[in-house]
Amino acid sequence: MKPVNFDYARPADVGAVLALLAEDGPSVKLMAGGQSLGPMLNMRLVQPDLLVDIAAIDELKQVTDKGDAIVFGACITHADIEDRRVPDVTHGALPRVANGIAYRAVRNRGTVGGSLTHADPSADWISMLSAVGARVTLRGPSGERTIAVEDYMLGALEADLRPGEMLVSATVPKLGRSARWGYYKSCRKTGEFAHAIGAFLADPDRGVCRVVIGATESRPIVVADASRLLGDGTAARLEQVFDSAAADEIVAAAGMEDPLDRQTHVVALRRAIERAHSA
Amino acid sequence: MKNQGVGASMLRKEDDRFLRGRGQYVADLRLPGMKDVAFVRSPLAHARIAGVRIPDEMRDRVYVAGDLKGVKPIVAVSGLAGFKVSEQPVLAFEKVRQVGELIAVCVGTSRAEAEDIAATVELDLDELPALHDMIEARKPGAALVHEHWGDNVFLETFVDVNMEAAYDAPIKVTREISTARQSMAPMEGRGTVAYWDKRLEQLVLHTGSQMPHIVRTGLAECLGLGQEQVRIVSPDVGGGFGYKGILLPEDICLAFLAMKLDHPVRWIEDRREHLTAGANCREHHYIITGYADRDGKLRGIECEATVDSGAYSSYPFSACLEAAQIASILPGPYDFPSYRCRTWSVSTNKCPILPYRGVARTGVCYALELVLDAIAREAGIEPHEVRLKNLVQPEQMPFDNITRKHFDSGDYPEALHRAMAAIDLAGIRARQQQGEPDGRLIGIGHSIYCEQGAHGTSVYAGWGIPMVPGHEQATARMTPDGGLEIRVGVHSHGQSMETTLPQVANEILGIDTAKIKLVHGDTEYTPYSTGSWGSRCAVMAGGAVATAAREVAGLAKGIGAHLLQADVADVKLVDGHVVGPHGSVSLETVAFTWYRRPQDLPASVDPRGLESTIGYKPVRDSGTFSYAAHAVVVAVDPEMGDIEILDYVIVEDGGKLINPMVVDGQIYGGLAQGIGTALYEEMNFDASGQPLASTFADYLLPGPTEVPAPRVDHMETLAPYTEFGVKGIGEGGAIAPPAAIGNAVNDALRRFGAELLHSPMTPRRVLEAIQAAKTASAASQVKQGEFA
Repeated sequence: MKPVNFDYARPADVGAVLALLAEDGPSVKLMAGGQSLGPMLNMRLVQPDLLVDIAAIDELKQVTDKGDAIVFGACITHADIEDRRVPDVTHGALPRVANGIAYRAVRNRGTVGGSLTHADPSADWISMLSAVGARVTLRGPSGERTIAVEDYMLGALEADLRPGEMLVSATVPKLGRSARWGYYKSCRKTGEFAHAIGAFLADPDRGVCRVVIGATESRPIVVADASRLLGDGTAARLEQVFDSAAADEIVAAAGMEDPLDRQTHVVALRRAIERAHSA
Repeated sequence: MKNQGVGASMLRKEDDRFLRGRGQYVADLRLPGMKDVAFVRSPLAHARIAGVRIPDEMRDRVYVAGDLKGVKPIVAVSGLAGFKVSEQPVLAFEKVRQVGELIAVCVGTSRAEAEDIAATVELDLDELPALHDMIEARKPGAALVHEHWGDNVFLETFVDVNMEAAYDAPIKVTREISTARQSMAPMEGRGTVAYWDKRLEQLVLHTGSQMPHIVRTGLAECLGLGQEQVRIVSPDVGGGFGYKGILLPEDICLAFLAMKLDHPVRWIEDRREHLTAGANCREHHYIITGYADRDGKLRGIECEATVDSGAYSSYPFSACLEAAQIASILPGPYDFPSYRCRTWSVSTNKCPILPYRGVARTGVCYALELVLDAIAREAGIEPHEVRLKNLVQPEQMPFDNITRKHFDSGDYPEALHRAMAAIDLAGIRARQQQGEPDGRLIGIGHSIYCEQGAHGTSVYAGWGIPMVPGHEQATARMTPDGGLEIRVGVHSHGQSMETTLPQVANEILGIDTAKIKLVHGDTEYTPYSTGSWGSRCAVMAGGAVATAAREVAGLAKGIGAHLLQADVADVKLVDGHVVGPHGSVSLETVAFTWYRRPQDLPASVDPRGLESTIGYKPVRDSGTFSYAAHAVVVAVDPEMGDIEILDYVIVEDGGKLINPMVVDGQIYGGLAQGIGTALYEEMNFDASGQPLASTFADYLLPGPTEVPAPRVDHMETLAPYTEFGVKGIGEGGAIAPPAAIGNAVNDALRRFGAELLHSPMTPRRVLEAIQAAKTASAASQVKQGEFA
């Protein structure tokens, strides 16, 4: 389990990365924290000609307050969020989720941008950032574009990256004062990838009530308007009005055929909603 | 001097280097000119080898079966009647019989380069139907792993003791129970560095091994070398658990290359190789019936047990140890009059099954103890009451059971009583009545087993495998400054023998353990031994060290008596001094005199000096019987299927404990592995025989947050036949947890009428069991409705 030979570059800015990506010929792989790519290289599942290490790029570690949102660079680590080096604008949602990712050693190096781009369906960020309505910004030869996190993931291990493009930042909206969130993931052991994820956000000030069911075979199931599941969203204890049967239909419609898988995913969502009251 | 003898909970001597990261493992070895090796392994479970194409420019760096002139395959025969012999080729030819089987070996300047070379080798394989299911493999007409056998059964055994007398029992409970294939997963995998020592004309293998002498014997036989031409060095070893007792084809390849090439070669097993190609264990299947009276008194046990032995019989334990052991140990610690057991060791297209901590005991305990709980539910009494009715009683000891196992001593009911009191059965039953605020279901379960350890010649001669333990030898040798060297052929890799064997010597000689050094892990410097396996080292090596130390004590007294001008009959050895009627002399002085001032000694001095190599066997070598009762409380999440361990109690009897803290450590480690078996670890295969877990992302091991801190209580019933009354306990911790946890889970699920009968008890299996019980219950209600 040793990687094939590859060339290695550690550019100082995004422009230099884009220049390397623009070169014809060699297969290029970007590496941020390397927590997924490292093992994949060792197992030779990935055999790049050139590995571009983007961990030294200052821009990708910047955090900017945009007033109604916070923007952080792609190389912000899970630990940066867990330890609140990135200011929290989510009533503790992101730090809490960060704290439950894998193990601390992984969180010290693993990055949000890397996780989203690796696009593992059972990872945490794709589900939780979808729940809070985050967006990602991609930069490429024809400039920048910004899309919703859930649209960035096309499928298992497949991100919407066009030729020559890279993810540079994520934008997380500041939640309203009365926002409530909940997150639940089912793992067999501490640090394991999830088998079912439920995420919930109600932010009445911004007119948001959405749920996400993650750790599916592919993209998380995002229900942007959760009224079908939660009535008008004003119940004091939402889990009591939560419509499990409707949730089961949504999951089934998304292609999850196995009844026990549907059960665990619906329960994960219900528990996420329950937790919105204890958070 | 603080008490450092037998019974002292001394801190471990070896921890100083381990805790500072100064352990020396095979992979730490750097030799000039050393090259790395990677293997071309079979990607298919069963195939004919039509061709192996090596690019011309790589031809001198790649070796295939045809290059291994004079190298014999690995053959591990059992003497049991009807055993069919397999030949495990060092490099496959004609056919491959498992994924990961070696086809070619490549030599590079680094492991990465060796892997690059391996990637250039093209295989032309004609796929054959693969056997991944031992029950299917047993059936007539199945594809054949070894064509000339005519079937796929290494060995079938049958034992019957008056079975039919039990058939009129009012309670008859039959269950189909199985345990998953597992991997031992020590922190350090296998690894070997080999070179040819030109000066000594000797092949030197540095390899992490539990049994260096057995590896030397097996290797010399495969290579056609004299045994004096082979030296095995086993340095620090990061966990063995059975896997590092095995002679691997990889070792033989490395040895061959070392003899052929002019430089050292190295292979460090990676985790994918470990999981998919080498280290498999545990896969059992039982159809087991318990017969009992209404009060839970057992009338008999009847069982058909099948073990997936994999493609080859591995050296030295053979392919049948596991299944044949099932037949002999299934009755557990119980006394009942009727017994029948048929076993099959089945060959499939998987890697050979290897003995893992507890060997067959873990599966046997799981099968039997689950059935006992099912009998309790059928009889409507508490499970521990059923056990108390059937356990061998202390007044029966020593007791020869229905399979003629000789239980040496102990009070099994007392262990169970203590465990049930500690876990608070009544309190848990009351809590179950109340229900949990979070909706989880509480279950309480327990299990009890006995563990035969240090079984010797009389037992293993019967198996007839390549390795039969005889007298265990040790050398004790005083140094000129009054210290002591102990040399043993067993290997310490977690057993803490660098601490405990000096404690044994200290008990007899009174020498400070700081001045007692254990030499082990090198065939050049230690007496022949079958090594570390079968919970034998404390009993066998401990006994040997005690015996050798006593010899040295006698010799020292002789010299001491001379120096004291006393008669040897009038001197004693006390706290490291020879004490006579009119004075005393230290062992330092005795040693100094023997080695450095021989002019002070009389002509009649015993020429053996201050050194003894001597063998030891217990008074009876049928094995010590340690035992333990485990009791556990779990919470089961009926919606997600998750299981959490809330409390865990172990009441254990290891006879005299040389170092109680070390015993606790053994129990904790065993428990962690038992929890792995119970809840996490599973090596699955698909229908084409492909192993489905190749990393620890797929093969789950319990971590620190999954292993509770158990409450451990010790009984100390001395073994009647061993030095100090010591019993072997090395494997016990890993035996009982799947059974105890399984019974607790089934207790929690009782309200659904659900039962889990397969380990690991994954969330998925919990939910399936609940689902199946609900479906069955709905169906039976419909039926009752029809009749109403």
